[in-house]
Amino acid sequence: MDKTKVTIKNLNLFYKDFQALKNVTLDIPANKITALIGPSGCGKSTFLRTLNRMNDLYEGVRVEGTVRLDGRDIYSPDVDVVALRKKVGMVFQKPNPFPMSVYDNVAYGPRIHGVKNRRQLDEIVELSLRSAALWDEVKDRLFKSALGLSGGQQQRLCIARLLAVEPEVVLMDEPSSALDPISTMKIEELIQVLKHEYTIVIVTHNMQQAARVSDLAAYFLHGELVEWGPTEEIFTRPQDRRTEDYITGRFG
Amino acid sequence: MGPRSSFDKALKELQQDILRLGSLVEQAVYDSVQSFTRQDVAGAAQVIMSDELVDTLFLEIEDRCVKLLATQQPMARDLRVAVAGIKILLNLERMADYAVDIARATMCLSSQPLNVQPLAYIPEMARIIQKMIKDGLDAYVHYDVEKARAMCALDDDVDFIFARAFRELINCMKKDPESVTQGAYLLYVVRYLERIADHATNIGEALIYLVTGERKELN
Repeated sequence: MDKTKVTIKNLNLFYKDFQALKNVTLDIPANKITALIGPSGCGKSTFLRTLNRMNDLYEGVRVEGTVRLDGRDIYSPDVDVVALRKKVGMVFQKPNPFPMSVYDNVAYGPRIHGVKNRRQLDEIVELSLRSAALWDEVKDRLFKSALGLSGGQQQRLCIARLLAVEPEVVLMDEPSSALDPISTMKIEELIQVLKHEYTIVIVTHNMQQAARVSDLAAYFLHGELVEWGPTEEIFTRPQDRRTEDYITGRFG
Repeated sequence: MGPRSSFDKALKELQQDILRLGSLVEQAVYDSVQSFTRQDVAGAAQVIMSDELVDTLFLEIEDRCVKLLATQQPMARDLRVAVAGIKILLNLERMADYAVDIARATMCLSSQPLNVQPLAYIPEMARIIQKMIKDGLDAYVHYDVEKARAMCALDDDVDFIFARAFRELINCMKKDPESVTQGAYLLYVVRYLERIADHATNIGEALIYLVTGERKELN
């Protein structure tokens, strides 16, 4: 029986007067990859950001409904948002390495959370870079600037950075859309390995990527969750006509 | 021009080509049975020669299905159309092969008049099978699930006649050793017809899968 990591119930989100999410209810299973798909502006990235309260950073945002992580409502007033974002990390479309060395990028999070011991930091940096399948490529240039890495390497560095603070959930907003096909494949292989340790939620425009990589797929349209289910079912026999139209490219 | 109009055009062409092959197979089965009951060796030879065209078309259309899968990455119903297309092609090709087998039986029995009693079952089976093939192809054109289901149900009738023919042929051969050669070939022929009906049922099942996504064994 699959364990649920995040339970979303009747989630509504408003950007001032505009309702971006309408009554979304979804269970995100633990140690699986859930893909959020849908056309531009459908609310999938907005939904992703509700899972670690990144939407709090936008002015005029109002959230109704519940998002429970391991049974606890993350919008409860007593929740430590910083701790939440450590537990639920995020990778963005455009790789955003800090303008510092590879080592310092990965050590940044642990240092902020109080790790000072040099040997401990070395271990964390190596483990995180290995987990992100980047260690072999950077082990001889750890103290050189991260900005000198290729796009694909920078993205894996961002993944290593977030793994260094030991998250439980990894959110990915189109993590490979800015990358070449080989880097994309490497990220996809990495995600498949990471899911054994983490729960992954990925937003992607790439239908084939969603089909290749995910265990569950959720289709959003105009802020509504139209349909969700096992990826194999969604991509071979979706129940809703709107889902069928989108994944067969006949949408619009 | 809607999105994916060239892909839609390719799918439509695929359907038409499968139907074209279906018609050839329908004709081959008909001709092979006619040739057998009339002991028409020339007709049988024609069935055997025409199979080459069926094989060529089969390979060509199957190749196009595979290329569609590779280049268009179809999903959902489109994917089922391509997969069902391949299944239907395979079953049509097997039916054509059985028509050739029936034609070969005609050639083998050409030197003697057919006088074994259960011969009468063959036109009876063939009539039902012709209807199954026609209805199966119609169902495919119109994505008609009910028609496909009704067609699959006819397979029971074919099986029933086959069982009777089989029993009577065995009895004939037991009673009259002279009839063994004919009897043996007739056994083959009714068996081939029974298999053709099974393949027609598979076509119906493939159509049902295409439309509904459900897989069901109906024979």
